[in-house]
Amino acid sequence: MTSATFPPSPPENTSWSRYFGFNTDAKVIGIQYIVTAFFFFLIGGLLAMIIRGELITPAADLVDRTVYNGIYTMHGTIMLFLFIFPVLNGLNNLLIPTMIGAPDMAFPRLNAVAFWLVPIFGALLIGSFFVPGGPAYSGWWSYPPVSTQNPLGHFINGQGLWITAVALSGVSSIMGALNFVTTILRMRAPGMGFFRMPVFCWTALAAQSLQLIGLPALTGGAVMLLMDLSFGTSFYQPEGGGDPVLYQHFFWFYSHPAVYVIILPVFGIFSELFPVYSRKPLFGYVYVCLASFIIVALGLVVWVHHMFPSGVAQWMRNFFMFSTMLIAVPTGVKVFAWLGTIWRGKLRLTTPMLFCLGGLFNFVFAGITGIMLATVPVDIHVSNTYFVVGHFHYVIYGAAVMGIFAAIYHWFPKFIGRMPYEGLGKVHFLFTFVGANLNFLPMHPLGLMGMPRRVSSYDPEFAFWNVLASLGAFLLGVSIIPFLLNMVSSWVRGPKAPHNPWNAIGLEWLLPSPPPEDNFGEHVPTVIARPYGYGTGEPLVEHQAEIENQLTLQEASA
Amino acid sequence: MSNSSERSRPPISSAGLAGLLAWIGVLVALSWWMAQQSYSWLPVQASTAAPLVDGLFSFETGIGTFVFGSVVSVMAWVLLKHRAEKYDESDAEPIEGNTRLEVIWTVIPLLLVMAIAVYAMRVNTKLGVLGPMEHIHLANPVEDQGGYAADRLPAEQVEVIARQWSWEFRYPSANVSTTELHLPVDQPVSFRLVSDDVIHGFYIPAFRLKQDVIPGRAINFNLTPTREGRYRLRDSQFSGTWFAANQADVVVESPEAYQAWLKNAASQPLQPGLSDAVIEYGERKQLKNPGWATVPPAPPPQVNVPGSNSLPHDA
Repeated sequence: MTSATFPPSPPENTSWSRYFGFNTDAKVIGIQYIVTAFFFFLIGGLLAMIIRGELITPAADLVDRTVYNGIYTMHGTIMLFLFIFPVLNGLNNLLIPTMIGAPDMAFPRLNAVAFWLVPIFGALLIGSFFVPGGPAYSGWWSYPPVSTQNPLGHFINGQGLWITAVALSGVSSIMGALNFVTTILRMRAPGMGFFRMPVFCWTALAAQSLQLIGLPALTGGAVMLLMDLSFGTSFYQPEGGGDPVLYQHFFWFYSHPAVYVIILPVFGIFSELFPVYSRKPLFGYVYVCLASFIIVALGLVVWVHHMFPSGVAQWMRNFFMFSTMLIAVPTGVKVFAWLGTIWRGKLRLTTPMLFCLGGLFNFVFAGITGIMLATVPVDIHVSNTYFVVGHFHYVIYGAAVMGIFAAIYHWFPKFIGRMPYEGLGKVHFLFTFVGANLNFLPMHPLGLMGMPRRVSSYDPEFAFWNVLASLGAFLLGVSIIPFLLNMVSSWVRGPKAPHNPWNAIGLEWLLPSPPPEDNFGEHVPTVIARPYGYGTGEPLVEHQAEIENQLTLQEASA
Repeated sequence: MSNSSERSRPPISSAGLAGLLAWIGVLVALSWWMAQQSYSWLPVQASTAAPLVDGLFSFETGIGTFVFGSVVSVMAWVLLKHRAEKYDESDAEPIEGNTRLEVIWTVIPLLLVMAIAVYAMRVNTKLGVLGPMEHIHLANPVEDQGGYAADRLPAEQVEVIARQWSWEFRYPSANVSTTELHLPVDQPVSFRLVSDDVIHGFYIPAFRLKQDVIPGRAINFNLTPTREGRYRLRDSQFSGTWFAANQADVVVESPEAYQAWLKNAASQPLQPGLSDAVIEYGERKQLKNPGWATVPPAPPPQVNVPGSNSLPHDA
């Protein structure tokens, strides 16, 4: 049904140079997204090292306070808008079409435009380091009035570039979301009803729906902030009759759901990988699918929990506490489903499985502190302290980034065509797991003791836990080395990957590694079963044995 | 989980059941211990709010430890017992789900989080921490505030002025202003929080209370200190360059000492109050390459008693 919209296929370009140009192949775009994201990950990580270097001692002695504030702001902004969203969009690009048997995304050109916006706003953001006065310094929330103070008074300033970059990021994400939602809804293989769709596609659909609902609020809020900053309007300026708290509503109306945009696809990754490496079907597939959409519905009505001390009515505090608490239920359903999946399985502790298990461990811990944060009285004490920073990093680094690493190791053979090295992968896992816990666990006692977040100096009683956190951070910094080494060396000279090295079930594993540009082309298999039929012996698609035989023959003759 | 997955064999042997119950007992004991420990992770309790917040936190720590411990136990068990043998390429027994279990692990967490939420809401009502929305309807005098009935509140409010980057406290009827907050122990106190520039956060960890100070509004905020000592007031909402240095000391003392301090303060002439930001800004100007742009700090407020922010504090 898509052949009409798909451009007539040019001769297949397999040279490395296609990764540096405007290419409409989702698999090329996926890798472009992921590599770009990791480039920015290194910059954001370097900034994190400076932050932890400053905080290893109580005094503000490593960098000037203005520099510290700029650096922590850019760390958060780069990690969210230039690392985690692009890397997930990269996975979406690689996985959605191949998992549902589509030749490409629904709108390939729009897809390429969405990607090329990333380096553009990335350059804007990095460029803001070099404008007079330095980059934005008001945190990744950029609450006014701090964010509209513009100390030098220049029209071109770090904060203005920051807002422009975030708005462009929103435009890029909306384009991506339109594409992913349309592709999932309209381009599934014959026979693949919604309840035969892999969970990763369910979670991607849920996450991208959230993008479409939430992003307009943030983008609108950001445009008003830019007008306040640059053109003297007073949407958020109390002296002009505006309300600074209004911005917080716009911001969190999107930015809380944004956390689900990040974590939902990671739930998808866990749901894909636990069955493969436990050799068992996903426990309660239908409940796991539906739970994603319950999380979407609830995720849209929890944003005020970021504003309990901002000055909101008591009824709002209570309402948003209850709605936040309820999210624990569908999330719990998923956690128990994964436990049910590994229970009595035949576990294979490969690198991706280790990252999944570590990610699950961290995620459950983050869930516990999340419940604590949801309850208003405890939140009043620990909001805007390191307790929140610890909780957030357990979710984003401990669970989401570890899930992303799992996905990269798992699907690397499919899309690169070579096998990553297990030994380096396990070293990477060990450093990441230990580093993340050593870095982020000490943040919880710090927050409970009353150390505010975003400080460039602190009272000496906080020194002990800060030293531990900094050491953990440096270990995390080191952990990226085996990863990069693994990726580069296995890409260049790793052993050739067969079509299905993990013996996994899924349409993408019925393609050669790497898949041809149009995936299945004319020969999209007809899906006849639910995913994850491990141990059932039932085929996923019609003529599965023939397809697999053909792939094996191709590999033998190659 | 095993009992539902096996139909041919008995779900669990009696030795297994005993082991499981013993392990649950260990987890319960561990959770109880963690709940007790949790008090020691928090600063000293110096307000009526603190025991309420700490009690809730302790309860959550206990429940959380049990849930986390259970999940990790299952993971550890699976890792120990359910690993594939070397060279075993076969699949496991295909168990696709179990509706009864799904219902159980939906309903139990639902009840659990609702119980926590109800408990938290009660604490919340008892605290009656007010936000500015309430402030608009403050005419209602029967609301519980800061753990005390509103009619026990003093008629006079201590005015708190937050600036980039200093805290000023004014006692209107005594005509005293200071950069070190003094409060009498065991007496409800009412603050009027205002900001001269950006949003700040009025946060005293030992009191477990926090309220953003929003420019363009005056926010009423009530609390009751319960323990004599010297505590830190920290700015909790990022306010710019010297945000981290925007701290003040809070001295809770006996009513007599407080009155004596107030009386003595009233007789002092006005002088510049504490502002670390102003000092650092001055030093920074000497530097050739000081860093990126900053808003200049507001001049230190003129106060009767600057006080100190470098003495040892209790929390």
